[in-house]
Amino acid sequence: MSRQSVAKAHQKIQELSWEPQYHEPVSQYGTDYTFRKAQKKDPLKQVLRSYFPMQEEKDHRVYGAQDGAIRGNMFRQVQERWLEWQKLFLSIIPLPEISAARAMPLLFRTVPNPELHNGQAIQMIDEVRHSTIQQNLKRLYMNNYIDPAGFNNSLRNFQSDYCGTIGRQFAEGFITGDAITAASIYLTIVAETAFTNTLFVAMPAEAAANGDYLLPTVFHSVQSDESRHISNGYATLLMALSDESNHQLLERDLRYAWWNNHRVVDAAIGTFIEYGTKDRRKDRESYAEMWRRWIYDDYYRSYLVPLEKYGLVIPHDLIEEAWNQIWNKGYVHEVAQFFATGWLANYWRIDPMTDEDFEWFEYKYPGWYDKYGKWWENYNRLSTPNGHHPIVAENVDYVYPHRCWTCMVPCLVREDMTMAEVDGQWRTYCHKECQWTDETAFRPTYQGRETPNMGQLIGKREWETLYHGWNWADVVSDMGFVRDDGKTMTAQPHLDLDPKKMWTLDHLRRMPPVQSPNVLLNEWTPEQRDAFHADYIKQGPAGRPAPADD
Amino acid sequence: MTTPQERSVPKPVFTDAEAGAKTFPDSDSRRYNYFTPAKRKQSHYEDVTVEVQPDPRHYLSQGWLYGFSDGRGGYPLDWTVLKAWGSDRPEPERYPGSGGKGYDWPATGWHEFRDPNEEWELTFYRYNSNVVRQVNQNIDNARQSKAFEQWNQNWVKFVERNVGAWMHVDHGLGLYLYANANRRAPTNMHNNAISVNSMHRIRSAQDLALYNLTLTEEIPSFDGQAHLEAWNNDPQWQGVRETAEQLTATDDWCEAIFASNVIFEPLVGELFRSQLVQHAAPRNGDFVTPTIVGVAEYDFAERDLRYTRAMFELLTSDREFADHNKQIINGWLSTWTARSIAAARALQPIWSQPDSKPPRFEDGLDAVKSRFAALLSDLHLDVPKELGQ
Repeated sequence: MSRQSVAKAHQKIQELSWEPQYHEPVSQYGTDYTFRKAQKKDPLKQVLRSYFPMQEEKDHRVYGAQDGAIRGNMFRQVQERWLEWQKLFLSIIPLPEISAARAMPLLFRTVPNPELHNGQAIQMIDEVRHSTIQQNLKRLYMNNYIDPAGFNNSLRNFQSDYCGTIGRQFAEGFITGDAITAASIYLTIVAETAFTNTLFVAMPAEAAANGDYLLPTVFHSVQSDESRHISNGYATLLMALSDESNHQLLERDLRYAWWNNHRVVDAAIGTFIEYGTKDRRKDRESYAEMWRRWIYDDYYRSYLVPLEKYGLVIPHDLIEEAWNQIWNKGYVHEVAQFFATGWLANYWRIDPMTDEDFEWFEYKYPGWYDKYGKWWENYNRLSTPNGHHPIVAENVDYVYPHRCWTCMVPCLVREDMTMAEVDGQWRTYCHKECQWTDETAFRPTYQGRETPNMGQLIGKREWETLYHGWNWADVVSDMGFVRDDGKTMTAQPHLDLDPKKMWTLDHLRRMPPVQSPNVLLNEWTPEQRDAFHADYIKQGPAGRPAPADD
Repeated sequence: MTTPQERSVPKPVFTDAEAGAKTFPDSDSRRYNYFTPAKRKQSHYEDVTVEVQPDPRHYLSQGWLYGFSDGRGGYPLDWTVLKAWGSDRPEPERYPGSGGKGYDWPATGWHEFRDPNEEWELTFYRYNSNVVRQVNQNIDNARQSKAFEQWNQNWVKFVERNVGAWMHVDHGLGLYLYANANRRAPTNMHNNAISVNSMHRIRSAQDLALYNLTLTEEIPSFDGQAHLEAWNNDPQWQGVRETAEQLTATDDWCEAIFASNVIFEPLVGELFRSQLVQHAAPRNGDFVTPTIVGVAEYDFAERDLRYTRAMFELLTSDREFADHNKQIINGWLSTWTARSIAAARALQPIWSQPDSKPPRFEDGLDAVKSRFAALLSDLHLDVPKELGQ
């Protein structure tokens, strides 16, 4: 930066904006929010003259570290258990990043504050940075880690896989529907402000503990941009709050965005941190402890609650319920167990848990072994092919779950499952909040108010339906999760790379066909559905069948 | 004697998880295999760019999951009227038991586009950091050598009004045309190239604004607010302003990029920057302004136009829709050439403002028309009759 101070330079660049005299810019996105022309200041005061060299310097550090990692043979010390989960994470995350870039124009016409548009444009290019720097990290893993399978067909996998579909909400929710709901509340107020702490700070710390210091290098560099994005969201939120008529919509959107982020991000990151690590020191934080610190204390108590005085209705009940899910209802453990149950439909290898893992889980989550221990012992027993099926088709006291129509994570906390006929179709939901999102929030009217700009939940939201009646070998082949010999599966339920111990398509041929829970649900009579629901909510924990009636 | 307490830290473990440690299926399959590279070997740029933005026509088996209020999600192809081969194929139907496969890569011609600048974050930040460093050094050097004292009064007025006015073109188009368009195109390759273009323009606007601030500090008679007056009220600038506003009002993303980068910039932007400012400045004692304006010219001529040319070459030589596209583009050429020529002609009086005159306006206009015609020829397009206006 030259002699000119940042404040002076920033003030000068405000002279750049102008009101159209002849033609209005095109208006392509709608919102049901209204904004007074309250002049809120751009909180970033970012000028490109200083921004570019700053980012370049950050790049120097990232790429220097990458060179160092390769020269220093980092991969001789990387835990495979950890790197395998990165095949999922790094297939997902570049899309949310680039979607955040694409989301910025949604705000140009809907938030009438040219001063903020400068910050939004910088956020746009930051997000291009994040997406490509993450793709590049994945490329480095593919080139240098022992098992490139899953990295090498990463984006095809992600776009075909049910876990990828869960993760994709974290991108598509930014770029469609009501512009403010999507690009401001869902993206910046909740996803970036709350959940990037666990994504980009807590998880990289765990990577370092597993011998991988490149994930922290890249993601801390990414996270250093997030504070600016959080400021964008905060400024927009304050503008929205200044108009009373927005309060009802803000309440709706905070509920939806908070709950969906919890369902999606806690499922994924919780699993990576708890089940992808080999670091079982008793004094290292569990995901629940990290969540309490980063999300409950830092986000909820320090960021959200102070906004109450401006009229923001905080979903206190849902924040407590998310904690209840994580701490009392074993949400993360249920999800990890399901990912491992469905290992054959994935594209990474999932390491069985050991006695050391069991001990750590029991210490951090008292009662864990009674719920999940036996199942993981079965997982271990069934991990190499030996005349049996993959665990999903073996009798291990696990009932294959129905899928939540809204968040697309299965309905794993069985007692919370709800069911409704919506848009002419019977749907299951993992929680009443997800049912509310589909039935009430994503609709053209809300509490009697017209909300013509609200988006819709679309798509084939239940993966199993596409493969209803298919043989598992054909399913895996259709998705492309097969290695270069044409038969060995990309996914494995263990880390042994001895080809004799690896599952192939041939092992899957003998399995019973895939059945779509949702197709079956819609074929049943009302009485059968009621009986199914009554049984389902008595199941669990750990997917156990409902106890037999006395 | 107390025993020091052992710190709790993760212990390094030798895992031997590096490439080549074992041989097994896929052990040496170390390239992204879900797309076909444009050349024999896939480039670093392709690896970090291709397929990040999905397309239900090939791998997106469950389709888009969130839609606008009309139920449409993702990046609809009809956000432009131009078409690439395969555009009319329906999205693969998904239903119970359908499976998830779509069309083979690339499914449509849209996915064949590659940015010849191969821009991704590493290249982008290096390039722009070098630019701002160079611009800063030039200005600092000029200040230290008292270079601004050589400017005659008419040139001071020229820079404060006219060079100042151009910052508004860069800013308005950078945000409301280019950044806006980065949500609209059907592939990541298009949208990333467009977002880089956007930042060139926004940076250039800021370069001019901060240069203006320096001049306000260095030249006692320099009016740092005159650019606003020129942009808002000078009749010479109202044609440019109206055309710029029309560009931001364009709904079709291909039309917006084409009209701006193939028509407006060559006929108006280059006319102003290269044919006027770059030629007039040295004659009026100013060696600084050309270095700043020249950077923007390089952005456009060597980078932004380069990707635009590659983008539209594909569409005008498309194996299925070349004629369809050319017919539509000819309509755009007719409309936007007329507007751009009118905007250029409205600027003519400013050619006579400096004491030492630049080459004649008509000569400059002929030069840019000639370059524009060559550009159209490269794109297999006809020169519109409106160019003769």
